[in-house]
Amino acid sequence: MACRHIALLGLCVLSATGVADSSNASSPRDLFLSESFYYAEQGLYFDAISRLDAELQQYQRVDERQLDPLHIHANYAEFSVGDFELSYRMHRKAGRAIQAVLEGNVSAAIRNEAAYRLARIYYEKGEKVNALHTIERIEGDVPVHIRHDERLLRAQIYTVNGRFSDAVELLEKLEKVEGYQGFAGYNLGVALILQGEEEKGLEQLDKAGQLKVDEDNEPALAIRDKANLTLGYRLLKNEKAGSAAQYLDRVRLQGPFSNKALLGAGWSNVARQKFDRALVPWNILFKRNPTNKAVQESLLGVPYAYANLELHGRAAVLYGSALDAFGAELVRLKDSVASIRSGNFLKVMVREEIKLDSNWLIRLRELPETPETYYLMDLMASNDFQALLKNYLDLEDMRQRLVAWQGHLDAYEDMIALRRDYYEPLLPGIDERFRVLDSKIRLRMEQRQSLDDRLQRLLVAPRPELLATADERMALESLEKIAANYAGNDGPSAQEARRRIARMRGVLAWDIHTDYDRRLTEAFEHLRELDDDVARLERIYASYVRTRQAATQSYQGYDDRISLARNNIRQAALKVDRLMKGVGHMLEAMAIAELEQRQERLEQYRVQARFAMAESYDRAVKAQQEQAHGGIGEEESSP
Amino acid sequence: MRITRNALLSVCLLTAMPALNAADKVSRDKIKGLDEQVQDIKTDVLAISTELLQLEETLIYPSNTQVSVFVSVAPDHDVRLDSLDVIVDGEEVTHHVYTHKELEALKSGGVQRVYTGNVRSGKHTLEVVLSGVTAGNDEYRETATHTFTKEEGPSLVEVSLFGSNNNIHFKDR
Repeated sequence: MACRHIALLGLCVLSATGVADSSNASSPRDLFLSESFYYAEQGLYFDAISRLDAELQQYQRVDERQLDPLHIHANYAEFSVGDFELSYRMHRKAGRAIQAVLEGNVSAAIRNEAAYRLARIYYEKGEKVNALHTIERIEGDVPVHIRHDERLLRAQIYTVNGRFSDAVELLEKLEKVEGYQGFAGYNLGVALILQGEEEKGLEQLDKAGQLKVDEDNEPALAIRDKANLTLGYRLLKNEKAGSAAQYLDRVRLQGPFSNKALLGAGWSNVARQKFDRALVPWNILFKRNPTNKAVQESLLGVPYAYANLELHGRAAVLYGSALDAFGAELVRLKDSVASIRSGNFLKVMVREEIKLDSNWLIRLRELPETPETYYLMDLMASNDFQALLKNYLDLEDMRQRLVAWQGHLDAYEDMIALRRDYYEPLLPGIDERFRVLDSKIRLRMEQRQSLDDRLQRLLVAPRPELLATADERMALESLEKIAANYAGNDGPSAQEARRRIARMRGVLAWDIHTDYDRRLTEAFEHLRELDDDVARLERIYASYVRTRQAATQSYQGYDDRISLARNNIRQAALKVDRLMKGVGHMLEAMAIAELEQRQERLEQYRVQARFAMAESYDRAVKAQQEQAHGGIGEEESSP
Repeated sequence: MRITRNALLSVCLLTAMPALNAADKVSRDKIKGLDEQVQDIKTDVLAISTELLQLEETLIYPSNTQVSVFVSVAPDHDVRLDSLDVIVDGEEVTHHVYTHKELEALKSGGVQRVYTGNVRSGKHTLEVVLSGVTAGNDEYRETATHTFTKEEGPSLVEVSLFGSNNNIHFKDR
C-alpha cells in the first residue's frame, strides 16, 4: 500500500521539483485523476485503469485541452495508468507500464519507485535477467521510504544473477541500517556461501541468528529463525551435527520454522548417537498437526530413537500409531485429490466471502468440505503457484465483469428501443411545428434587422417624420382629408379652415422636429429591449436545437458501438474461459502433484514403518524371551 | 533396523530445502506463456471497460443533463464516517455506507464519485448528510446544503469533508 501513497504524493513531489509536469500545490486537483487513486488505494486496479483511461481518451479528443483541468496533470495521469498496470501485474515489455517506468515524463523519484516495483515483480516471477535490467535502470533520486528496500532487492537480484560480490558489497552496508540488520544479514550470509566463502557465510548467519529484536516484531523474529535454521541445516549437511544443534535450538518453538528446527535438532542428536536427547525435540514435534511434513517425519523418528534405546516394545507401539496417522493422512490426501479433480478447489478459490477477508488463506484451511485447501499454505510457498492463482482470480473477476456487461448492453438496447418508440412518432410533428415557428422567427429577425438599418440611417440623415407617433400620423392624415374637402373653395370659411389646418400641421411638425432627438434615443432603447428579447429567443432556440439533437442522439448512432462492444465482449469471454481452463488446469495439476508427492512420501514412510514395527516386535519378543530364558536359567541354576 | 540414519537424514534435509515442489511438473515456459496471455486479455478487457464507460456516459448521463458529486476527505480528522446521503432537490439519490478500505482510500487523497445523475438546466439544491462517530465515541451527524446551476456542460460538485474551516464544504468544478 505504501507504493500507492507515493502515487498520490507524486503530485506534491512534482510541484517541489518542477519537473516536466507543471502541476503545483495551488493548481486544482483533477477529480477524475483523484478518483482513479481512490480505486487504486483499495487495490481495485482494474477500475482505476479503465476510469483513468476513459478520462485520458476524452482529454485527448478535446480541441482546447488547456480548458480541461486534466491538462495540468496530463503527464502524471499518463504515468499513473502505466503505474496502475504495473500493480495489476501487466508488465509486458510492450505495455505502457514499461514505457511509464523507463520513459515516463515524471520526476526521477516517481519513476524510480515504479522501476523498483517492476523489478520486484520480475524477481518474484523468476525473470532474473529482466529484474536485473530493470533495477539497473534506477538512477538518481530514490524515494526515502523505499531506499533501503530497493538496496535489499538489488542485492537479491545480484545474488540470483550470480553477481555475489556486488550483492555482498550492498548487503554489508545495508546490514548497518536500523531495521534491516536481520534481512540484510541473512541475505549476506547466503550470498557469501554461494560465493564460496562458506566459513564467512556461516559466521554471518550466526550473527544474523543472534540479533536482538522486539518480541512483537514478527518479521524480524522470523528472519532470525530462518538464519538459525539455514545455519543448522547447512552444518547438518556438512556433517557437523554437533555444532548444528545449538543453532537449531535458537529457533522459537512457536514460529513458522519451529517444526523444521525441532526435526533438525532431533537428527543432530541422532547423528551423535544421543537418542535420548533426540526425543526431547521430537516429542514436542510428535504431538503437532500430522499434516505437517516435519511432524510426519517425527512420527518415524520417535520410535526410531526408542528402538535405538533398546525400548523395542514402545517403538513397536509408536510405529503402529505412526501407521494409523499415515493411513488417516493418506485418506485425506486421496479425498483432496478427488476433490481437486472434481473442480472443488477452483470453486473455493473464487468464493466471494474469501475475497472480503484478509485472512482468507488461513480460513481456507478450516473448510471441511474441501480438504485440499488444508495444504494451500504449502502450495503458496511457490511463487509460480501464487502467480497462477492471482491470474486465476483476475480472470474470474474479468469473467464476472464480462457477464455483467452483456447484461448492461441488453439494458442499453432496451433503453434505446424505448427512446426510439417514444421519440420517433413525436418528432415529425414537433419538427413540422418547429419549421413554422422557425420561419416566423426568421421573419421577425429580418424585421428587426430592417429597423436597425433604418435607425442607423437616421443617425446619418435625420428624417423626423419617420419617428412620428401613430396619433400624429393619424392627425396629419385627418388634416389632409379636411384640406382635400376645402380644395377649390375660396370662401372665407374655407380660408379660415386652411389657415387652421396649416397651423395644426405646424404644431405637429414642431412637435415631431423638436422631439426628434428624444424619439430617436427612445427608438434605440426599444431596439435594445428587442435585442434582449431576441437574445432570449436565440437561447431558447439553441436550447431547443440541443434538446432536439439530444433526443435523436439518445437513440441513434449506438447500434454499431453496441454491436462492436458485444462482439468484443463475446470474444474476450471466450478467451477468458479458455485461459481460466488453462490456468485452472495448471493450478490443479500443481496442487495434485504436490499432494501426490506427499502421498508417495507417506507410502514410503508407511512401508518403512511396517518393516520397522515388525522388526521392533521381533526384537521386543526376542528380548522378552531372552529375559524369560534368563529368568528360567537363573531359576534352574539356583539351588 | 531398516530405517537407516542416513536415509532419514536425507529426507530431513530435503524437507528443509526451499520449494522444490510441484511446480517441477509444470513447465516454467508454459506458466510464462499463460501469464503473458493473461496480460493480453487484461488489455482487451480494459479497453472494453473504457469503451463501455464512455458509452454509458453518452447514453445515460449526457453532458447537458449530467451532474456528478465527488467526495474528498481531509487526511487528519477525528470523525469516523459511517455513511453519506446525497439529496438532490429534496429527493434522496444516494445512501453510501463506507467500508474501512474506502475510508483509508479517501484519507490517502483519493476522491470518490458518490453520485452521477441527470438534472434539467437551471438551479438545483444539493443536500449532504453525514453520519458517523466522533473520537469521543459520540454519534455524529451533520447536514449542509448547496445550490448549483446546471448549465450546458456536465456539472461537477466537489464536497470536501472535515477541512479546516467547516466540516462540509462545496465547490462547483
